[in-house]
Amino acid sequence: MQPEKPIVIRKEVVRRGSADEFLKGLWRENPVFVQVLGMCPVLAVTNSAINALTMGLATAFVLLLSNLLVSCLRHYIPPQVRIATFILIIATFVTVVDYLIQAISLEIHKSLGAFISLIVVNCLILGRAEAFASRNSIGRSLLDALGMGAGFTFALLCMGGVREILGGGTLFGVALFADNYQPWVVMILPSGGFFTLGAWLLLFNRIKQRQQRKQPRLQARLQEMGSEQ
Amino acid sequence: MNSDSLWEVFINACLINNFVLAYFLGICPFLGVSAKLETASRMGVAVCVVMLVSSICAYFIHRVLQALNAPYLQLIAFIVVIASTVQLVEMFIKKASPTLFRALGIFLPLITSNCAILGVALFQTNKGYDFIQSIVYAFGAGLGFMLALILMAGVREKLALARLPDTVEGTAISLMIAGVLSLSFMGFAGLG
Repeated sequence: MQPEKPIVIRKEVVRRGSADEFLKGLWRENPVFVQVLGMCPVLAVTNSAINALTMGLATAFVLLLSNLLVSCLRHYIPPQVRIATFILIIATFVTVVDYLIQAISLEIHKSLGAFISLIVVNCLILGRAEAFASRNSIGRSLLDALGMGAGFTFALLCMGGVREILGGGTLFGVALFADNYQPWVVMILPSGGFFTLGAWLLLFNRIKQRQQRKQPRLQARLQEMGSEQ
Repeated sequence: MNSDSLWEVFINACLINNFVLAYFLGICPFLGVSAKLETASRMGVAVCVVMLVSSICAYFIHRVLQALNAPYLQLIAFIVVIASTVQLVEMFIKKASPTLFRALGIFLPLITSNCAILGVALFQTNKGYDFIQSIVYAFGAGLGFMLALILMAGVREKLALARLPDTVEGTAISLMIAGVLSLSFMGFAGLG
């Protein structure tokens, strides 16, 4: 019986590792709502859903490519200068994205302003490079980047959607309410960003607490069933 | 070239478009280091100094890159210069005033990843400020950052004594307070 145990454990780890790598970024370790990383763009550019979507996709793109490159070069980067190297890699891809968005839509580029360049200092990207890509294989780093990027975009859309609906009565520029809807202008203004994010965090805290409260009850019941058997 | 008067530039950076409360730059230290008034004011001073130095550097880099006709290097050059400026300031303070160095501790290296510093460098180039305007802009932005940080720390010190429901504690309540602060800063909009 004894030698079988470690094999079972290893199997579980592998299964969780490959399928879960993507999903953890979306929900359990969501970069914005759970880890509270990369706050500046989350608050600054989410005054409309389209801005939020562009910013989310741009960040996900940089995250994906920088994770890929960092993971490829992880055996060659000397540990003393790793942070500087990561930042250089990220800055290169951010420059690429900056010119790409400018080429696709000048209007969106203008409304996002300097915040595209500021993706460089988004702690999420540096954090993933340092904590994940520099230690894992290329495939897993790509999956991780996809998951985290999707989670970040999802969170930005949550913010941008709420702020645009409440602050302008529209979503992606499409009017949702009748003409006599009075928009809450404050939601589009800077302070609305703080309030919306605060409200989302409240919601997530509440969900987490409920789960935590449920867990001991569940474990107690399982123990009871075990002892009965 | 931009023709704003120096006073306009200063008030704009410090109050009307406060870096933390209107542009949302430097939110991480704003939420992370604002639990105690003392550490908050020290962090504010450190950011102010680094902002001034890196703003001056950024101005000259922009001129050099313009002369070389290589605008695509701007971002990379800025971030490298800011990282090395922080390192330089750290070494200088270590030599000049060991007490201040010990007091600042971990905050100095953390400033590198503060988006407000890169923000100042980018905004002053985008707005086309000349040398003096850039310095005043950086000084105003630094003071504004310090002001927001100290206000926030003052509120949070009082808040530590209040009784709060579990759900609200932590980041959620800090964000709500920041929202109220930001609302009150909107009152400065008429000044410009």
